[in-house]
Amino acid sequence: MRKFHALLLREVRGYFHSPIAYIVLVFFLLVSGVDFYFQVSFMNQRPASYTVQEAFFNSVFFWFAFVLIFPLITMRLFAEEFKLGTIEPLMTAPVRDLQVVLAKFFGALVFYIVLWIPTLLYFAIFQKITHQPAANSTGAYWGSYLMLLLLGMFYLAIGCLASVVTKNQIVAAVISFCTITLLFFLGLVQFILLDVSSGMREALGYFSAIEHMGTYSRGIIDTRPMVWYLSMTAFVLTLTYQAFQSRKWRL
Amino acid sequence: MIKVENLTKRYAGQTAIRDLSFEVGQGEIMGFLGPNGAGKTTTMRILAGFMPATSGRASIAGFDVFEQSLQARSRLGYMPENVPLYNDMRVTEYLDYRAALKGVPHRRNAERVGDVKELCGLRDVERKLIGALSKGYRQRVGLADALLSEPDLLILDEPTIGLDPNQIRQVRELIKNLGKQHTILLSTHILPEVEMTCSRVIIIHKGQIEACDTPENLLSQIRQAGGVVVEAKTGNDDGVEELKKISGIRDVTVKDDAGWRVFSLRVESGLDVRPEVFKLAAARRWTLRELSQRRATLEDVFVEITHSDQIGLD
Repeated sequence: MRKFHALLLREVRGYFHSPIAYIVLVFFLLVSGVDFYFQVSFMNQRPASYTVQEAFFNSVFFWFAFVLIFPLITMRLFAEEFKLGTIEPLMTAPVRDLQVVLAKFFGALVFYIVLWIPTLLYFAIFQKITHQPAANSTGAYWGSYLMLLLLGMFYLAIGCLASVVTKNQIVAAVISFCTITLLFFLGLVQFILLDVSSGMREALGYFSAIEHMGTYSRGIIDTRPMVWYLSMTAFVLTLTYQAFQSRKWRL
Repeated sequence: MIKVENLTKRYAGQTAIRDLSFEVGQGEIMGFLGPNGAGKTTTMRILAGFMPATSGRASIAGFDVFEQSLQARSRLGYMPENVPLYNDMRVTEYLDYRAALKGVPHRRNAERVGDVKELCGLRDVERKLIGALSKGYRQRVGLADALLSEPDLLILDEPTIGLDPNQIRQVRELIKNLGKQHTILLSTHILPEVEMTCSRVIIIHKGQIEACDTPENLLSQIRQAGGVVVEAKTGNDDGVEELKKISGIRDVTVKDDAGWRVFSLRVESGLDVRPEVFKLAAARRWTLRELSQRRATLEDVFVEITHSDQIGLD
């Protein structure tokens, strides 16, 4: 456990030692801040049937920033170790492959969570100034942040897998960006193709991050997406683990 | 401590090492020599558990490096070639992290990190970023890392490459001292280094072991051992004919140097022909200006064994 803790700490520190972390943080706060500002000003112009909180988590701005951050967070995880050769001292220390994979995944997750913490302030400030609730219920907050976590875990796992198959960070970023974008649009297909069979639509619905966020941000916590994202995360991490082990045979 | 049996490693299309077998006993300092690309790093990487062999077995302290990799790795301090390090960490921070990975007990962490910093002369740079260190200091960080868990076995892949002569001397002293408590397997290109520090030497060439013995035995085995240089004015004599008559001299080559004849004699090992040469010179009234025995070095052994494809030394 101490080894895992040391590995995790090294990953998290690694983020804050590199300029990428701060670039991502600033970029992300900028986009989410602009998002929040626009949502509030739209709602000032005409009556709306949704809350500020719902609007914030379901806007184009939000999704734009959302799919973009994962490649940036995950591209260095394994690729950098391969490139710098630091994988050699790492894997000749008595640590298990699984410990390393999990430490990298959870390290990325910690950074991802840190990224979202400031957005809580938006709602607090909104309530303080307007004396209006930003959401219908506390359940809505729980729901939207829970969905952020679930989606985040799945997409970060994809990023880990992309990073483990190459020693080039750019290649890793492109692979994960394309995969995540593709998955994201797969969920949109059901809105475009109206004539596809209902079974197909239902299957595609599982990929629909937008739909899941829609329900969760209203405070409706459906267990189906939860099981889906958790099992997909476990599945992709297993693939990552296998790919990481295969390095020995590719050398 | 190390036991290697019929170890073979094939990369796509080529064989890096072929059927290696050797043993390193407790407390030995084993030198691992060979031209570039001979398979030294491959062998060390397999022993360190970084990659599996294609066939054959290797074990460290009785633990198979593949089947019981974790146990084997926890008994080992490995310093890879070129010492890859995280440039964004500070020296102490890095060593703390490595100590935790290697399972150094928490309460002994500070003590061990302090000890290895002292031993490797890292006190001056302990707060510096690794990325800002010079090559010599990076090398020392790698060595300090290998020593952290007080392993029974140290595997050092070219620990002195890229160091200046003073640093090489320091590292050599350090290794000699470490050899009192640890078993060491080290590879290097610097042959005098091996003569001075190692108790046994393996010479590997094209993935195969060509020689495995103590430096002394290796030296006495080679044909070129015991060369003698004679510089003389031989008057009307040719010199070569007369010298060849001395028993034990196998071959004589000669070149002229401003009126002096410079003879290089190849002598059978174990014989000292200098008294005979002196007597000959005195009898023939040659004027002698040099008569010296050239001690064979490991370099001669190395060149003799590996010269077939004329790979130079680094």
